[in-house]
Amino acid sequence: MAGVELTGVRKVYPNGAEAVRGVDMKIEHGEFIVFVGPSGCGKSTLLRMVAGLEGITDGEISIDGRVINDVSPADRDVAMVFQNYALYPHMTVRGNMSYGLKNRGIGKAEINSKVEEAAKMLRIADFLDRRPQQLSGGQRQRVAMGRAIVREPKVFLFDEPLSNLDAKLRVQMRIEIKRLQRRMDVTSIYVTHDQTEAMTLADRLAVINDGRIEQMGAPLELYNNPSTLFVASFIGSPQINLVPARFDGKKLISGDLALSGFKDLPEDVDLVLGMRPDDLIQSDNGKLSMRVDLVEQHGADNLIYGALLGAEADEGDETEICIKVDQQVLPAIESTLKLDVDLSRALVFRKDSGQRVL
Amino acid sequence: MNTINWRLIYTHTVLIIGVIFMSLPVWVAFATSTHDAETILRNGLQFWPGTHFFETYREVLFVEGGVMKSVLGTTMLKNSLILGIGFAVGKVIISMLAAYAIVYFRFRLAAPLFWIIFMTLLLPLEVRIIPSYEVMAGLNLLDTHTGLIVPLIASATGTFFFRQFFMSVPDELLEAARLDGATPWRFFVDILIPLSKTMIAAILIIMFVVGWNQYLWPLIMTTKEENYTLVIGIKQIYQVLAEGGELPQYQKAFALTILATLPPVLVVLVFQNWFVKGLVESEK
Repeated sequence: MAGVELTGVRKVYPNGAEAVRGVDMKIEHGEFIVFVGPSGCGKSTLLRMVAGLEGITDGEISIDGRVINDVSPADRDVAMVFQNYALYPHMTVRGNMSYGLKNRGIGKAEINSKVEEAAKMLRIADFLDRRPQQLSGGQRQRVAMGRAIVREPKVFLFDEPLSNLDAKLRVQMRIEIKRLQRRMDVTSIYVTHDQTEAMTLADRLAVINDGRIEQMGAPLELYNNPSTLFVASFIGSPQINLVPARFDGKKLISGDLALSGFKDLPEDVDLVLGMRPDDLIQSDNGKLSMRVDLVEQHGADNLIYGALLGAEADEGDETEICIKVDQQVLPAIESTLKLDVDLSRALVFRKDSGQRVL
Repeated sequence: MNTINWRLIYTHTVLIIGVIFMSLPVWVAFATSTHDAETILRNGLQFWPGTHFFETYREVLFVEGGVMKSVLGTTMLKNSLILGIGFAVGKVIISMLAAYAIVYFRFRLAAPLFWIIFMTLLLPLEVRIIPSYEVMAGLNLLDTHTGLIVPLIASATGTFFFRQFFMSVPDELLEAARLDGATPWRFFVDILIPLSKTMIAAILIIMFVVGWNQYLWPLIMTTKEENYTLVIGIKQIYQVLAEGGELPQYQKAFALTILATLPPVLVVLVFQNWFVKGLVESEK
């Protein structure tokens, strides 16, 4: 049983920059946690603090009930997979995978059996005597994972491990990582800026913004019930459509548009109405209409980009929206499309604080 | 009709002139060293090899009194090798350790210390030659190999090169090694040294040649003949030759010069691949 617990963790750099501003988190044994957020939000710093590669300014991190603030990285019983793999270029694959075990004084025979077992699991057994330069990106990534696995750590740490791979390989490795983690039942923390990766891998994900956890929960919970505007716009692809609006007591007003069916919203403050692209439905007697600017064909479905007619514009002169439709729906450019909206799934946020009000 | 490639002829002419210009003196020295003393005295420098090659070189290398009063050419060769190798190896070890400390241990004075080391690049040995001599004399190290080598092995150039190289090694390697439980010493030995292989080779070669060609320091450090290096030997041989009443043995002086040139040339020829690699390639 190896949970990880973070209490009031802060990181302030000597130059005064505050990278992590108080994070509390409890990770259960065997959970796959993903830290997701834009670059520079502090997610990597947080991971590196768990690994012991960054000092902890304030707060406490414990693994398996043991506070590890002052424990050296080697003794924390964690293994990390780096974005650029960080394989030792002069060692063979076998050398790379056994180095950590050798430093821990484990016998040769045991090292060999562990390395070979891990190599078989990762399907790199044929490359054990090659150097990293002779391997492809995906194979190197596997070696990096092998190096982590042989140690049998309590916690796996992944720092954007797939961002150097091409798109196809990324999907493949993503599935493999997930499968491996299930099989080994090891608590894992995974950092990424890719929301698809985050959604698909995580048991729970933590959306991090500006050094704070914006929201933490299961992927679908965050998708359906984002607590802030930031989470709503970060999770989900294509991005949620945001329309500036105000509430007059009965209707939600945005420019010339007025949507009924809302109540108990704060009046006299700027609001933002959020509608997922899947919740806007093409319908001939719809209340909304959009001008089609661009159609992207993705195969099973098409994404239609354009301007929401009549809506108040936030910045620029029109409100850009995107809807997801079936592959047969192929409207002409500049044509007008009538839309209906599933208001039960609409989200409303305060513009100033970003907090969700509906 | 064949067109004459003037450009090709032109470039080759320039190159050939360059080669002749550089190597003719060496060739003359070699050719002259294979004649006997009488021919040289009578006819001056020789452009074509003579018949005394084996005789001269045997006397220089193996016969007592053949070149110096007592010391053999082979002994001087040995001394030069010890100086060259000790100098090069010592410099590499010291400068790698210094660079390691400066790059990886963020101690307070790292930056100023580096700049102090770097500034000593500007100071030639001659500036500190008297104090260095004084120290060695005080330690009773005159006329020893230790005294010959140790004062020379601190190297600002080497430290600088290794510092630049270490700074280009990705931080993730250090982090991965830390998570793998490597101590600072193990990281140095297991990761940094193997990564610097080509760099080490390049610096070893440069420093071997520099050490081999040291003149001033060995000159004042060695007083006994058996500690002479080849370079000192060359200087001394003219003196010995001039003092003797017999025919000056110029062919032996030339033979010694050729012998002194050979090892550095061989080292560079054999290791030139490594040398070039070390300076241009970074294996990461």
